[in-house]
Amino acid sequence: MENTSNHIKMGVRAKGFNILSIIFIAIIAIACVTPFIFIVSGSLSDQAAVAVNGYSLLPQGFTLEAYKTVFKMGKSIPRAYYITILITVVGTTLGLLTTSMSGYVLSRPDFENRNKAAFFIYFTTLFGGGLIPTYLVNVNILHLNNSLWVLILPSIMNPFNIYLFRNFVKSIPNSLVESARIDGAGDFKVFWSVVMPLTKPALATVGLFLALGYWNEWFRCNLYIKNPDSYTLQYLLYSMLANVEAMLRDKGMAGSLQVMPTETMKLATAVLATGPVLLFYPFVQKYFVGGLTIGGVKG
Amino acid sequence: MIEAVTNIPIKKKRKRFEDFRKHKTYYFMLTPMLVFFLIFAYLPMPGIYFAFLDYDFVKGIGSPFIGLKNFEFLFHGGMDSIIWKLTKNTIMYNIAFIFLGNIAQIFVAVILKEIKNKYFVKTAQTLMFMPYFVSMVIVGVIVYNGFNFNYGTANNFLTSLGFDKYDFYQNPAVWPYIIVLINIWKGLGYGSVIYMAAILSIDESIYEAAYIDGASNLERIRYITLPLLKPTVIMLVLLSLGGILKGQFDLFYQIIGNNGLLLDATDIIDTYVYRSLAVDFNMGRGSAAGLYQSIFGFVLILTVNKIVNKVSPDNALF
Repeated sequence: MENTSNHIKMGVRAKGFNILSIIFIAIIAIACVTPFIFIVSGSLSDQAAVAVNGYSLLPQGFTLEAYKTVFKMGKSIPRAYYITILITVVGTTLGLLTTSMSGYVLSRPDFENRNKAAFFIYFTTLFGGGLIPTYLVNVNILHLNNSLWVLILPSIMNPFNIYLFRNFVKSIPNSLVESARIDGAGDFKVFWSVVMPLTKPALATVGLFLALGYWNEWFRCNLYIKNPDSYTLQYLLYSMLANVEAMLRDKGMAGSLQVMPTETMKLATAVLATGPVLLFYPFVQKYFVGGLTIGGVKG
Repeated sequence: MIEAVTNIPIKKKRKRFEDFRKHKTYYFMLTPMLVFFLIFAYLPMPGIYFAFLDYDFVKGIGSPFIGLKNFEFLFHGGMDSIIWKLTKNTIMYNIAFIFLGNIAQIFVAVILKEIKNKYFVKTAQTLMFMPYFVSMVIVGVIVYNGFNFNYGTANNFLTSLGFDKYDFYQNPAVWPYIIVLINIWKGLGYGSVIYMAAILSIDESIYEAAYIDGASNLERIRYITLPLLKPTVIMLVLLSLGGILKGQFDLFYQIIGNNGLLLDATDIIDTYVYRSLAVDFNMGRGSAAGLYQSIFGFVLILTVNKIVNKVSPDNALF
């Protein structure tokens, strides 16, 4: 009897705890997205109202003026979209191919030199030349400055992704590989037709990491690219933050500078630069979380 | 006996060839990786030599060799030296990121585990993951619009409460808090997913047994989740301590930029090296600071690995 009432009491307490937890997590989750809401509503606000009242959760005097001005500035935004999509697609494809091949070979127990190869990769995380020697190699030896390849090649592979893929492949039973061998498949055929189809979560995870890196690229664009026609979206946004006035002046719109929605324009560009990622990721989140946790990533 | 000795090199050579013949597909598949790391990771390594030059863009590698002069400049002044300020900032920020970040992530993961409504958990995770996906340029936009003097959200909030406006961008003291907060915000979703996975791998029957014995939620957290999570936490924290000298360039640069007023509190090794390259054009000094970071960082990782080897050899890096 006492036991039952105890359990009922416990049930009430557990319910209370559950409700408190939900409220608590909801507050944190909302706090995480609030900055984005401010940005979106700011981009849809009237510049004059923002200048007086500051930003708010809801747009003030709803207007698309900022977006219109961004597109009036000429081809820079569509051009940056094109460059960003190009490096994202090319970089992610090359990256997935090379990362999966290396990760697969490093996972093969019959490949005696796998540990040597793994150390060859691992050593680069222990010690590196640093930013300046890297810059000088890229510019003086590889002559990559002002080329789109400088945005693509240096990040197609990294130790983290290779290890993630290797660890994932290790979880595939070796007997599958062996039986394909007995059926007469060569090493590459085994990799391509037997292993690859089974590694979708790892491919999705590595692919998302790669695509995200390329989409958000601004640093190398800042260092190596001088031609505004090759700016990535993020770098275009970054250079706009400092120079909206200068850019408008270049476009001969300086006369109307007073009424230009410069601040809301920056937010509109921010929305345009981030929108695709935020719309896309909930769809791949399932694979992403799966790949991350099964790949057992270290460090 | 003699025969066996003389046979060794030939055998070795033949073995190497045999290995290559047997695995030529494997080697073929590894070629892109080998070329990639040779070019982009190993080729810059000899560049540490620049740290000993008075680097001149025209002369390049032929610039005058000045020994340790660049290091003398960085280390000059003891506690007031540039390198001490940079090291202190880099390490203090990273320690705050690691400890506060992990505490927040564990906290969220532990509570998420107790929530029964799976749809809510998934939605919350999706929302918390959002900041991870935006670029640091966007983070810079968010911070600027939050804290600028004229129409920043923080100042609007202050004035609406009847306080005076506060000029954040003139006051270095507040920036460590802002930067740490932003970093926690950005890493919360990712980190809590990792911890959530560790928690979900705990045997569910332990929780059921505890439930039958009448344990409350808090007791289950206190006596099951946290103790079983402890090894994972220790490992992740230890491993991240190995990288304590590597700063997050993007984060600091996009939030602070080259704002000289704030640099005392926010300059880290990585931002200093960047400014040497792109603003001051002093490649020698920048390379010296970079080399110091690489070597000190290398020693740190070796030390951490030694400790991990003692605590739990399975998790050691090498």
